[in-house]
Parts: sequence; structure tokens; C-alpha cells
Amino acid sequence: MKEEGKHKKAKKYGMVINLDECTGCGACMVACMAENNVPFREDESNKLDSIAWMRVYKLTNGKSYPDADICYLPRPCMHCEGDHGHSPCVSVCPATATDYSHETGIVSQIYTRCFGCRYCMGACPYHARYFNWWDPVWPEGTTKYLNPNVSPRMRGVVEKCSFCFHRYQLAMDKAYFEGRAELEEDEYQTSCTQACPAGAITFGDLNNPEHKVYQLAKPDNKHGGRPGNPNVFRLLERLGTNPKVYYISSREWVRRAGDNYLDNEDFAKNYRR
Amino acid sequence: MDSALIPEGVKRCSFGKFAIGIIIVGGVLLWGVYAMLLIWLKGLNQTNMNDFYGFALWIWADLGVIALGGGAFFTGFLRYIVGKDELKNIINYAVLIGFICYSSALLILAIDIGQPLRGWFIFWHANVHSMLTEVAFCLSCYFAVLTIEYIPLILENRQLNKVPFFHNLAHNMHEVMAIFAATGAFLSFFHQGSLGGVAGVLFGRPFAVREGIFIWPWTFFLFTWSAAAYGPCFTLFVTRLTEKITGKKLVKQNVIELLAKISGWTMGTYIIAKIIDTWYWASVTAPALGLNLIDFYSNNPFYGIWILVAEIVVCGIIPSAILLSPKGRSNSTLLFTALSLACIGVLINRWVMVLQVMAAPVMTFENWVMYIPSWQEVATTILPMAYGVILVMISFRYLPIFPQERELNP
Repeated sequence: MKEEGKHKKAKKYGMVINLDECTGCGACMVACMAENNVPFREDESNKLDSIAWMRVYKLTNGKSYPDADICYLPRPCMHCEGDHGHSPCVSVCPATATDYSHETGIVSQIYTRCFGCRYCMGACPYHARYFNWWDPVWPEGTTKYLNPNVSPRMRGVVEKCSFCFHRYQLAMDKAYFEGRAELEEDEYQTSCTQACPAGAITFGDLNNPEHKVYQLAKPDNKHGGRPGNPNVFRLLERLGTNPKVYYISSREWVRRAGDNYLDNEDFAKNYRR
Repeated sequence: MDSALIPEGVKRCSFGKFAIGIIIVGGVLLWGVYAMLLIWLKGLNQTNMNDFYGFALWIWADLGVIALGGGAFFTGFLRYIVGKDELKNIINYAVLIGFICYSSALLILAIDIGQPLRGWFIFWHANVHSMLTEVAFCLSCYFAVLTIEYIPLILENRQLNKVPFFHNLAHNMHEVMAIFAATGAFLSFFHQGSLGGVAGVLFGRPFAVREGIFIWPWTFFLFTWSAAAYGPCFTLFVTRLTEKITGKKLVKQNVIELLAKISGWTMGTYIIAKIIDTWYWASVTAPALGLNLIDFYSNNPFYGIWILVAEIVVCGIIPSAILLSPKGRSNSTLLFTALSLACIGVLINRWVMVLQVMAAPVMTFENWVMYIPSWQEVATTILPMAYGVILVMISFRYLPIFPQERELNP
């Protein structure tokens, strides 16, 4: 317990997803659903009302053979910091059912406080928030496989990716028991990160220069976390949401697809702003 | 049968005719109640909302009825604060319409939430940074004010007024009504504004987001302004409609024209502000986010540039021009056209600020998503209208809503 009470530096957990390595296999989605007790229905064909905390999008460059190219883009919650924690969804929730943690940088969702107004869903430009239109129905026998560390959600509330926050809590419990106040990099990893067979997802503390996410993204934390790596971009950077999920791509059309640009705009110059 | 309850000196249709009317509208009301119960018991899966359309028909209806109900606060403001005494002849009806609109808005909100039993969390766990919190507080308070304004009217019923306590209470409430009118105007300026703020603060949604002053985006002021402009138009529209249905002149032309003229000015100035806002958003705000104006009005089957033209030109500039012209105001057909267009205009504005915001894609690899409401959504939206019609029918029959009715219909 020697580190107990010692002031801890604020964490900013984030993710870097290498789109050059992502194969679109969907293992991250499956792992996320299993880990977080994400409910599903018999018919999941309507993607407008099915829940997927991690959703893999398929992007195309719109060209025909032989120039056609595709890219798979996994999209978890961006855990936007906005301006000093003023993220798009947190600021609008009327019942403080979602909050930005300055200790971890994680945007939480309190299911038992959410009363289902869905204003946060309207505020999120990434469509990372999902509403429970139905009560979860678990096929017979599958309740035995639910994760006991994650509470299932009831009908009428919003849910979203939590960066597997329960894993952070478990890791912190273990560290505390061992007399530590800080976690090692590999002690807290999200399920999607661990499930990705291509190793395309990296997770860690964006405030810690020793963590791989920091080294990959090179975030300029004095300027809203903008990436220092020229091949790294964030989705909808220009909106000012200040997301904590970074993407790597060596292909310019993919980086350009990350945000809106006017036709006559100098992309190379503007996307760094 | 019920002649003892009808105000003295006025003529009303037979009780049988009245009862048939109530039964017909009551049938529609019951249909809405059935849909409402389905939604409360089975959940919001009864709607066609989805994860793209978290806000849909109901929120539009909410914003719509609150804007149309703005006639109550603005007419009250003009009557009691500015001192336009002639408006005392229409203020009762404005209050009644406002009461219907605001109670409808609260009912729709109660249906619209996923966990209705937790509705009180908005007050208990209030997030002071959320525009919706401000809406909930101001809306509830203003509804209380409208109830206080409506009570003396009820107490003026011929039979109730015979009870000395009710008579004195109604009289004394009228005496202090200016205080409530001022409170109502204050609250309304805020909640109408915060409803505009609900869209304007969405900095993740380029179609909705606006710059502003301090915490208030421009939509905050535009919504208040438009409610002040278009709300009285709805009061006048319903008054005209009531006159047509009952075949009676209920309010003197000078009162109608005064309120129409004030609405014309408010609407004209609002439209100028709206044009400036749209121009600034289209030329500065949206391009800074990498989007052109036309991006919001193309590549989809419904939202074309026509909707902007319809809102600003057809249902904004034209009705304000008619209302500003003495000839337009005095011509019954032109006036009714202007009032109808104005009501449609504010409803289009609220529609685009809710539905088009949700429909327009933000991420480059997503597409426009269209939405058609389910019958349950439609029925629950019609429900408050049916309730409103019934309340108007009952109030008109048994309460002295129009002070000039006896004089105009000797």
C-alpha cells in the first residue's frame, strides 16, 4: 500500500486503429458484444435499430477497377473530450446520465439514470449511441454466458461503448490490492483490442509517452489532441469533438474520408488544422 | 338541457348537436389514447424511430405546438406589459390555446421518453448545461402560469360565478394577472429560446449548429422571436376558424387587425434575422466544417432547396408582407391565407430543425436516412389535437371566452 494516497496523473485512455491492417473480419464486434452483454434480436437485419457498440464500416474510394479500393473502419464510441470535457453528448444529457471522467477520459453511461430522451443520440455525429427499443431477450441457456461484471440494460435507455470500463475497475482493484496506484499498459485493455487477430487496434493512455497509443498517434494534447503523425487522423476532426480514437492509414483517400472537405479545398493543408 | 351553464346573452347550438361533436372528436381522442397506452406498455418499439432518428415526429410536434402556443405569452405581454388594451378581447382565447398547446407538449414529452416512470429525473438529476433541462423547468413553470391564467376564466362560468368565493377569487386573480402575464412572458422568452438552443448547441451536427452569444446559439433568439411572431397568428387563425364554424363574429375587426399588424412586424423582422442567420451559416459556419449549403439539400428523396424557399419566402416573407399591408389585413381571404401560411412556416422551421438535422449525414461514408412515422406516432400526435378541440368546444360553450360576442351578435 506504499503508493496509496499518492497523487495520480490524470489518464486519457484512447485507441489507435490501423486501417491498413484491419481486414474487416468483425472479431472486434463479436468480442465487444460478448464482453458487454450487448443485446441482440432474432432478426438483426435492420441496422438502424440494432445495437453494436463497435461497428465496422466498409468504405470505398468510389472508383472502378483497377483503381477500386476498400477500407474497413471499426467505430467504437469516440469518448470525445470536446472542450475540457464538454463532449457533444455529455453536455446535452438533461439528467446527467452520461459523464466525462477527467480521471480516465472515458465517457460513461449510467443506465439506471437514463430516462431515454435520446438527446445524446441526436448530439452524437458518430452514431455511437444506441437505444434499447426492446427489452433484451437472451436465448435459452445463454444467460449463463453473460458477463457478471457488466449490467444488462433494460428497454428504454441508451447505451454505448464504455472502453470496457469494468476491466479498468477490475485492474484498479487488483493494483490497489497489490499496493499500486498505477496500472501497467497491458493490465487494462479493451476486449476488441485483444480480439483483433490482425493486431490493428492499440489501446492505452494518450497522456503517457511510454504507451504505444501515444507513440502511434503523437497527440498534441495542448491543441485538442490533434495527431502529430501525418498518417493519423480522427473522424470529423473539424467539428471540435476532440475524439480519443485515432485512425492510421497510409492512403490519402481514407484519411480524406474521415472528414468533410469542400471540393476546392486543399486537403493536405487543411486536414491538419 | 344545459342552458343554465351557458353564458348569458349568447346563443349556442343544441346540446344534442354539441354532444355528437364531442362524441366524434372523442372517438379520435380514444384512438390516440389507445396508441398512447400501447407505447407506454410495449415501449418505443411501437414507433418508427430508430438509432438515426432519436428525435422524430413527437419532438417536432412538441416544438410546433409550443411555437403556435406562443400567442399566449406574446399577447399577454402586449396586453399587460406593453398596454395594448384592445387585446383584452382576444386574450382569453390566446390563454386557452396556449394552455392546450402546453399541456399537449407535456403529454407528448411524457409519451416520448423511454422510461416514463423516470421522467422526474430531469428535475432531480438536472444537468444545468443541458438546454433540455432548461426547457423542462421553464415549460413546467409556464404551464403552471397558464393554468393560473385559465382558472379565473373557468370560475366565470355562469353557475360557478354565483358562488361568492369563486366570484371573488376570479376577480382578485384578474386584478393580479399582470404579474402572472409578466412571469409567463419571462419564462416563455427562456423556454422558447432553449427549444431553439436544443438544436443550436449540437456542435456535432453541422446542419443545426449555430454560433451565438455566451451559452446561447442564435437559434435560441430565433425561436423566441419566431414564437412571438407566429404564435399570435395561430391565435388569430383559430379565432377565424371558430368564427367560420360557429357562423358568428366573435372579435372586432380592429382587434384582429391590431394583432395581425404586430405579428406582421415581428414576422418581418424575424424573417430578416432568419435570412441573415441562414446566409451566415451557409457561407461561414458550414464551409468551415467542410460542407456547402447544397450538401444539406441534395442526394436525398425529400429535403430539397424547396423546403428553405417554402419556409423563408412562401411562408415567411409573403405572410408578413400581407400582414404589414392595411389592405391585406382588412381583406378576409388574404388575412386567412397569411395566417395559414404563417402557421405552416413555423411548423416547417421546427420540422427542419428536428427531422432534417437527424436525416442529414455527417460522416462522409453514411447516407441520408428517411423516416416515416408509425400509426402509433401519428395517433398520439393527433391525440392532443382532439383533446384541444374538445377543450375549445367545452370552453366556448360554457365560458365567456369572447367579451365582444354579445355586442357583435345581438
